[in-house]
Amino acid sequence: MSESAITITNLTKRFDDITALDNLSLEIAWGELFGILGPNGAGKSTAVNILNTLLEPTDGSATVDGHDVVFDPEGVRKVIGVCPQEPAFYPHLTGAENITLMGDMHLVPKDVLKERVKTMVEKIDMQGHINRRAKDYSGGMIRRVSMLMALISDPKVALLDEPTVAMDPKSRRAVWDFIRELKEQGKAIILTTHYMEEAQELCDRVAIIDEGKLIELGAPEDLMEKYHAKNLEEVFLKLTGKKLREAI
Amino acid sequence: MNLRRILALTRKDLKKLTREPAVLFLLIIFPITITFVFGLAFGGIGGGTTTSFDVGLLNLDVTGPQADWGHEFIGNLTSSGVFVVQYYDDNVTGQADLLQGSIDAFIIIPEGFGNSVVSYYDAPFNTSAWMNTTIGLYVDSGSLMAVSAVPPLVQEALMKTIFGADAMAIGLPVEIGSPALVESSTVTQWDYMAPGIFAFSAIFLTMIVAQSMTYERDEGLLKRLRTTPASSAEYLVSQTVTYMIIAVFQVALVLASSFVIGYRPATGLAGIAFTFVIALAFSLVAVGFGLIAATISKSAEVATGVSFIFIMPQMFFGTFMPLGGATEMIAKFMPSNYVTEAIATLFLRGAPITTPSIWTNLAIVSVVGVILIIVGIILFERFGSR
Repeated sequence: MSESAITITNLTKRFDDITALDNLSLEIAWGELFGILGPNGAGKSTAVNILNTLLEPTDGSATVDGHDVVFDPEGVRKVIGVCPQEPAFYPHLTGAENITLMGDMHLVPKDVLKERVKTMVEKIDMQGHINRRAKDYSGGMIRRVSMLMALISDPKVALLDEPTVAMDPKSRRAVWDFIRELKEQGKAIILTTHYMEEAQELCDRVAIIDEGKLIELGAPEDLMEKYHAKNLEEVFLKLTGKKLREAI
Repeated sequence: MNLRRILALTRKDLKKLTREPAVLFLLIIFPITITFVFGLAFGGIGGGTTTSFDVGLLNLDVTGPQADWGHEFIGNLTSSGVFVVQYYDDNVTGQADLLQGSIDAFIIIPEGFGNSVVSYYDAPFNTSAWMNTTIGLYVDSGSLMAVSAVPPLVQEALMKTIFGADAMAIGLPVEIGSPALVESSTVTQWDYMAPGIFAFSAIFLTMIVAQSMTYERDEGLLKRLRTTPASSAEYLVSQTVTYMIIAVFQVALVLASSFVIGYRPATGLAGIAFTFVIALAFSLVAVGFGLIAATISKSAEVATGVSFIFIMPQMFFGTFMPLGGATEMIAKFMPSNYVTEAIATLFLRGAPITTPSIWTNLAIVSVVGVILIIVGIILFERFGSR
């Protein structure tokens, strides 16, 4: 296990003449729950997509558990679990089959996989629905299944891109508890979210980025103190100069 | 490359086959349906019954001294078993029935028919002494089979009438090893079509592959898989394996359906096994075309239309549609044509499995399939998967 879970050094990504990510540098420790916040188009998903090896950076470098995202993408994929912004799932498969498929991709031993699916499904309160076809799920159920698809391999690093969108408060709380449990297991977790109270509640540190640049980094309490704000949302508004409604 | 991943992805796709009604219909129910429908429509049901034609007959040579020749001619028409003769008293009624499709052909034996035959026998080498008459033959132009089969059969009945049954096997240094008169055949039009049905049913794999891959791309499923240790090669091998399994299943279904309706191919177990092998090779072609269609399609809906660019020529120039002239040349570029040709050689011509032409056909389909798969993978990886 490398010293840092994730190391991002001067990471830059350009799409033609648009700079989506501009010289971003971060270091994320094991057992840290790290939030990436920013308005739409700030570069959050670009950063996550470089870390999950879907995009190659234009400049700079990034390593996950010591594996370089450009030179050792296979190594990166073995240690990450990715919950994408749009919950990609196979509608003709049941929730359990979708989760099991991802376990098969990570070659989780069969008996372990079966037991793990059962345990994790109980944790996010999906026992009664997990053997139904995913196409019949509500938006919240799909999100929960999508998160289990990301975490079934027991990854060292979890990349959760807005995992609680469209969830009811009860489900969201269940997912929060689940994420906290992952953190306690020593996993590094990157969480992008538009819910400021979620970031404030869960994250050890947050990075606020806008127009591809890192504009603030720190623990939510430290940032609130620094900017004399009642909550993280106020910090966000002060820093980005945008109403949250616009940002969302 | 890991077998467990490939099998897991293959299972995922095979489940779609049983759980998605549209896919189930196109790949399973459709081949069974066309086998039954075409078998019924083209004479397969009943197991090779005799093909016969309803022929109207107006005999105008009934009163003359040589009227027996007309009766002899009618006897030769009916004795073949191919013609079911209905007698008419006038031309107008017969022509009207022909126009309405009630009969397949209408024959008029002219007045003086018998005299014509006798005049030939009186002076066989003096054509100017012959009394010429013309038999009226009108064939239902709406029946492809009647148009092609009735005139030569009537001609043979006429030859037998004039020269006798032995005349068809007259002693010559060169012999044609065919019967003097066309015997009632047990081969139906369905027998000619059946080999093409095997390729026909597999052709639609292209559309399913294209739809499936564009759907997975559009819904972010390919991206999701790319964030796991599964490689592109494992994914594409799983796709190929899935559709090879489906192709084998389709052949089994078409064969079983054909047997149910009485079709008996003129081959043994080895020939049937060969059919499965060539179907496997053809599934490579279908997957290759599917990958190319997916590459150039922006969505699953577009993929449906684009895949028809590959499906239609295969269907029209490589299955059971009649070919001739330019279409035969075009068919040489259709992999499905080689599948149909190989199966026809086995099932219709009854050629043994060792026949070189079927192995040539298999080689062509296999090579084209492998090339298309490679081209499809390269194009899809480079332009179509993101």
